[in-house]
Amino acid sequence: MADKNEVDVIDGKQLQDKYLREEMMPHIFCNGCGLGNVLDYVLWAVEKEGLDLDKTVFLSGIGCSSRIPGYINADALHTTHGRALAFATGVKMANPDLNVIVFTGDGDCIGIGGNHFIHALRRNLDITVIAVNNYIYGMTGGQVAPTTPEGHIGTTAPYGNIEPPFDMCEMAKAAGATYVARWPVFRPHQPINSIREGIRNKGLSFIEMMSPCTTAYGRRNRFRKIEDLWAFYEDKTILIEEYDKIDRFGTEEEKEELDDKIKIGVFKRSTRKPLEERYRDLLEEFK
Amino acid sequence: MIEVNEDYCKGCNLCILYCPRDALVESEELNKKGVHPPVEVEDRCNGCRLCELICPDFAIVVVEDDRLPKMKRTKKCSGMIK
Repeated sequence: MADKNEVDVIDGKQLQDKYLREEMMPHIFCNGCGLGNVLDYVLWAVEKEGLDLDKTVFLSGIGCSSRIPGYINADALHTTHGRALAFATGVKMANPDLNVIVFTGDGDCIGIGGNHFIHALRRNLDITVIAVNNYIYGMTGGQVAPTTPEGHIGTTAPYGNIEPPFDMCEMAKAAGATYVARWPVFRPHQPINSIREGIRNKGLSFIEMMSPCTTAYGRRNRFRKIEDLWAFYEDKTILIEEYDKIDRFGTEEEKEELDDKIKIGVFKRSTRKPLEERYRDLLEEFK
Repeated sequence: MIEVNEDYCKGCNLCILYCPRDALVESEELNKKGVHPPVEVEDRCNGCRLCELICPDFAIVVVEDDRLPKMKRTKKCSGMIK
């Protein structure tokens, strides 16, 4: 994916000077949390795509992930719980020239804002949604979220979660997102390229980032050390291409191993007319 | 050369864990937060910038210098990996 429109390569120090609010640093995220990485990758993607910060809006709801826009030297909206996508709809429809990037968490996106989520996907606005999935309600102290895997422990499930979890990417695919991808934070280049592709893509791009939560999730689920939790994510994920290969040609033992694996990679690339273009066409028609 | 901003470091040690060349070790001194920030080992770094990207706290910056002949090649490659 070498790009012709690649802008000048800058180093990390210049990136920080250009995009971060220095007075806010060091950031508030816990030790070993992946949210700092998500912020870093988004900044690299924005830099490499050459987006104008005066024409870019970052939105967020409530939760750990929603503190991210506060560190970026651009206009941001920190909105009510679960309604980041509803506000993003307003921003994009009012001014379609703006680049809109939404940060949202698992509880924010699919828990409280589940309805806004599916309807934003249905309408297909030209925005980029970065859903940071840490499998728990981290900020409020580790309650079970809609994405917590079965059997895992939270403060509201001390004997293990008995509810089946949501798969956000499957949901996004089904409801009509045009670009769907999932990446863990320990692989830097793939998410950066995915976010770039999402920014370029006309239509709603949904990128799920698997971010380890050491304080609320790892501590209760027998991952006392940061590296244990990060290694667990590495062991548990499998590339979608490899998954399909094993699913078709693999032996029985290999197929059994697939059962508790999480697929990563790009799940969907498609094109569909975004809502703001449909609206513009309608206005043209009645001019 | 690897520059570590010691005030930003929270001591997760992920840079030390992920470095493919073992170019970082824990330092002896404590920083403001009471953790041991990483320091560079002489002549180990090849400028792959993985520590810079994997650091969640923006504490590491890899800067070019004469000791890194492979730097340019690595930088070009990093944009092409899918």
